[in-house]
Amino acid sequence: MGVVYIMWLRQLKKYWRSKPRMIGSLAQPLLFLVALGFGFGPIFQAAGGGNYIDFLAPGIIAMSVLFTAMFAGIEVIWDRQFGFLKETLVAPVSRAKIMLGRTLGGATVASLQGFLVLLISFLIGFRVINILYIPVALLLMFITAMFFTSLGTAIASKLEDMQAFQLIMNFLIMPIFFLSGALFPLDSLPKVLVTITRFNPLSYGVDGIRGALTGVSHLGMGMDFSVMIIITAIILAIGSYLFSKIEV
Amino acid sequence: MEKEDIIQVKNLVKKYGKFTAVNNISFNVKKGQIFAFLGPNGAGKTTTIKMLTTLLNPTSGEIKINGYDPLRDKDNARHSFGIVFQDPSLDDDLTAYENMEFHAVLYDVPLKIRKERIEYLMKFVELWDRKDELVKHFSGGMKRRLEIARGLIHHPKILFLDEPTIGLDPQTRNHMWTYIKELNKKEGMTVFVTTHYMEEAEKVADMTVIIDHGKIIAHGTSNQLKKQTKTKSLEEAFLKFTGHSIREQEASTLERLRVHRGFRRH
Repeated sequence: MGVVYIMWLRQLKKYWRSKPRMIGSLAQPLLFLVALGFGFGPIFQAAGGGNYIDFLAPGIIAMSVLFTAMFAGIEVIWDRQFGFLKETLVAPVSRAKIMLGRTLGGATVASLQGFLVLLISFLIGFRVINILYIPVALLLMFITAMFFTSLGTAIASKLEDMQAFQLIMNFLIMPIFFLSGALFPLDSLPKVLVTITRFNPLSYGVDGIRGALTGVSHLGMGMDFSVMIIITAIILAIGSYLFSKIEV
Repeated sequence: MEKEDIIQVKNLVKKYGKFTAVNNISFNVKKGQIFAFLGPNGAGKTTTIKMLTTLLNPTSGEIKINGYDPLRDKDNARHSFGIVFQDPSLDDDLTAYENMEFHAVLYDVPLKIRKERIEYLMKFVELWDRKDELVKHFSGGMKRRLEIARGLIHHPKILFLDEPTIGLDPQTRNHMWTYIKELNKKEGMTVFVTTHYMEEAEKVADMTVIIDHGKIIAHGTSNQLKKQTKTKSLEEAFLKFTGHSIREQEASTLERLRVHRGFRRH
């Protein structure tokens, strides 16, 4: 237990100590909320979609969870390059524990980041349907974060250096974000795209967070929770396996 | 005789595709020895250390670390040694004390002993008064000293040092060897060291092995090696054994990355 805890604590300390990173990663969601929220708001309203900020805010929260979690996972590459990974890999503890600790840490940080974005979105006019449901949204943020931190770790375990980083950014993170229903409703998309979004893990995360915060869920909260929990368990197992096979 | 060998290596081979990094080497290290493992760049030193320390799986061959097989009995083998890597392996965003504590938790050192030992070791390497500073503000020499202290928290039987003095000034180097020799004497700790500084090896090592192109080409005390080659210093003997041509070595990813470092670290 000590190992999982100290790995978790390390992630939190690093997050807390890098204020520029914390602020920097809040600027982007804020920009999205303001620019898209106020920019597309009137059109969305005119088209009968209702208040766009209410629709958008959960999507942007999910976005910052996605980004922070993926980066936390991919940080394994940095630990590899700056040597610290070796220190953990020669230690007499199971690698699954190390992986679990850092994933929990990354996911906690990502959820915190999501929570901060939620607070910011209140400032620009977002209103939740019931404050009591916020913990439900947080839980879903955490599960979503677990999924993407594990995914990042799994990918990073197979990579030597940051060369492939742009590739991951453009061919994985961006499509996951844009095709998740974070920015626009999925129901009126062409059939092909609808199918793709059904295979996108973030669709369930976004939908669940939106459901908890605004009361409008497209796929159903039960569905969102079950899908997220199952795929997170699977990717966590894959991530630990790949992490345990790392040779340096 | 067998009993005294704390490290046993038999017919060890590591291949990367067609390239053979370590080619069928065998040697033993006696308990309490300072053992120098020398060789030019790319000779296979680091690859061998990685296999001895469970970081890399050998292609074939046998290893025993303190009686344990690092492949089958990983955790026992890992408890037996401490290691200072060639490249830094501290977490720059944590303080010196946190780095030490982290290690103590990983090696399951009980809480009570943990504090005492960390304090003792940090005083030993003269870093106790800077324990709460972030490691990123430390100089290369301070980081090295901290790494040595860290490698000793769990009282290992063997200490692996992969070029521990590289890039350090003569004062720091001198200091470090004093620490290491003291530990070796006081605790009877076996020290396995690689270095490019032949004078250091000559001064401290009880036994020396020279490896080149993945094969062991010489084995003996400094005096024996000097006698064999009819030379006056270990450096000359080393050059006689390994030749004068300069070895090419691919830049490690770390070196390539250092150039870009500024762009990510905060």
